[in-house]
Amino acid sequence: MKQLELALELILILLPSPLIAAAQSPEAKGLAIALEADKRDTGFGDFTADLQMILMNKHGQKSERKIRIRTLEVEADGDKSLTIFDTPRDVKGTAFLNFTHKTGDDNQWLYLPALKRVKRISSRNKSGSFMGSEFAYEDISSQEPEKYIYKWIRDEVFEGLECFVVEYSAVDKKNSGYTKQVAWLDKDQYRVWKIEYYDRKNSRLKTLAIKDYRKYLDKYWRADEMYMVNHLTGKSTKLIMSNYKFRTGLKDSDFSQNSLRRVR
Amino acid sequence: MKVSAAGIALFLALSLFAAPVTSLAHELSGYISAEGRFFFNDPASSEQERDNGSFAFQPEYYHEWEDGSAFLFVPFGRLDSTDSERSHFDIRELNYLRPTEDWELRLGVGKVFWGVTEFVHLVDIVNQTDLVENIDEEDKMGQPMVHFSVPRAWGVLDMFLLPYFRERTFPGRKGRLRNTLVIDTDHPIYESDDEEYHVDFAARYSNTIGNWDFGIYHFVGTGREPTLLPGTNKRGQPVLIPFYEQINQTGLDLQMVEGQWLYKLESLHRTGQGEGFFASVGGVEYTLVGIAETDMDLGLIGEYAYDERGDTATTAYENDAMFGLRLAANDADGTELLAGLIQDLDSPSRALSIEASRRFGSNWKLSLQAWGFLDSPADDLLFNVRDDDFLQVELAYYF
Repeated sequence: MKQLELALELILILLPSPLIAAAQSPEAKGLAIALEADKRDTGFGDFTADLQMILMNKHGQKSERKIRIRTLEVEADGDKSLTIFDTPRDVKGTAFLNFTHKTGDDNQWLYLPALKRVKRISSRNKSGSFMGSEFAYEDISSQEPEKYIYKWIRDEVFEGLECFVVEYSAVDKKNSGYTKQVAWLDKDQYRVWKIEYYDRKNSRLKTLAIKDYRKYLDKYWRADEMYMVNHLTGKSTKLIMSNYKFRTGLKDSDFSQNSLRRVR
Repeated sequence: MKVSAAGIALFLALSLFAAPVTSLAHELSGYISAEGRFFFNDPASSEQERDNGSFAFQPEYYHEWEDGSAFLFVPFGRLDSTDSERSHFDIRELNYLRPTEDWELRLGVGKVFWGVTEFVHLVDIVNQTDLVENIDEEDKMGQPMVHFSVPRAWGVLDMFLLPYFRERTFPGRKGRLRNTLVIDTDHPIYESDDEEYHVDFAARYSNTIGNWDFGIYHFVGTGREPTLLPGTNKRGQPVLIPFYEQINQTGLDLQMVEGQWLYKLESLHRTGQGEGFFASVGGVEYTLVGIAETDMDLGLIGEYAYDERGDTATTAYENDAMFGLRLAANDADGTELLAGLIQDLDSPSRALSIEASRRFGSNWKLSLQAWGFLDSPADDLLFNVRDDDFLQVELAYYF
């Protein structure tokens, strides 16, 4: 098996590159890009970050939320994450625990501090809004390549960067709010700079712009700002990330129902 | 018994505080609220006032040390315009938490919730119900405890030593939503000679396996749900006197998620309060995401509650079906609506409830709650509150 892989690699290296492109179908190339992007982000271990979410309606009225996230990388499966709400004050202490899986439904629990209650929640449909924002749960949950079908469309220069433009749709079509998503990834570092979301009528519903990437641990790129605009409603949400910390020593036990009950 | 429990607690406290730790974060939060309750009909008794207004305050102080141990203090107070029993103060939480790699210890006044269903909280037993706060029985009194938790790969084992009992609160003579006969909370009767100092124990095993969450526990000690005995108070007026038995209770809570469906079951077996009996509540919840091409979610809830004691049960849920609709607007203001119907299957008796809330700005929250009690025959527990249909308006400021 190992020898076969080596042989294939040699063939690929020896072949002139335009030929690979020609030999690869758009679907295979799209998947290869997604897998490469995923591969480049593996091995981070864990990270924590502070999030500020600014919701804006079409009249420009703003409301703000403060959130903290903790993420643990899980080998051979989706990540585990804990989201803690600090504001608005009436939901302070509410926490959301999510175990994503490469295949099948995620496991999700919500902690309601006033009742001290941990509630199991249904995770099947991810099209719902996250905290009243323009981000849906499926936009912010860990993007496992197994959950989508990819297709490379074209190469394009986007804001001065050589980019792949890749189209993808959820394997579980019924429970996604989109028929397809189109993403711009730069060829050099495989970072996503822009995503367009298409609704069931196949018209452009939302556009996400991502900017101010920074490199952590000399390898992992994280953005400081994401800006989602809903073209249908005129509403938008800005997500400002700060205080990224990698390999903080988080363990499995920090993502349990016990930890959810004592989280702050 | 009393001394040894206190001794253990003191020893544990001292051994924990002995370790030098550095201070990390101080945090003050909480809420203050004003509430009005407006009743649609005159009260059944001339002693009762018609409407009432009140203020409540619940600050929360939290302090965490660098090693993860924490201190939490949550006092609560309400001042009510008419009911002296509803004007009350309680320490909801006052505890020290020490989490380690292998175990977790909470010492002091704490709060614990067990259960999965929405309408009835059958198996929840550690904390006493603060019934004057809300008839939905979701407000709880602080419970002194030593809580030792052992999370492992095979599940979580929680052990509780509960050295002091909290009495259930009941509305007073002038208050509404009370029994026809006033419940005299000044002179409760206990089966145990230790009265409220009887030391109770509970142990619970819980685990998550795939789509299943479950917990099973046993409780030994003073029952939280009193039997109400007819008697007279000091002035010779007829009243109901709470009698707190010594009980043994085994409880189970079970939940399964399958796609957009949640399946829930709570069951208990109790001995020591009359004849041994079973009680159970089970149901389903289904969530429709993004209804009518909006961001709104609609949750549909159906539950059924059964109590083997039938009409002699100390709860209103002995053979009842419950239906609920939960609408979450998923908007910036967090607008929510919950409508419920509780239907007795042995009589026409039923209760209707509507709860709605939304935020104004980032610190204010307005909540409405309305209850209606219909067609209760004289032998039904809800007959007591047949004239007490009400609308409650609450405005809270969170800080």
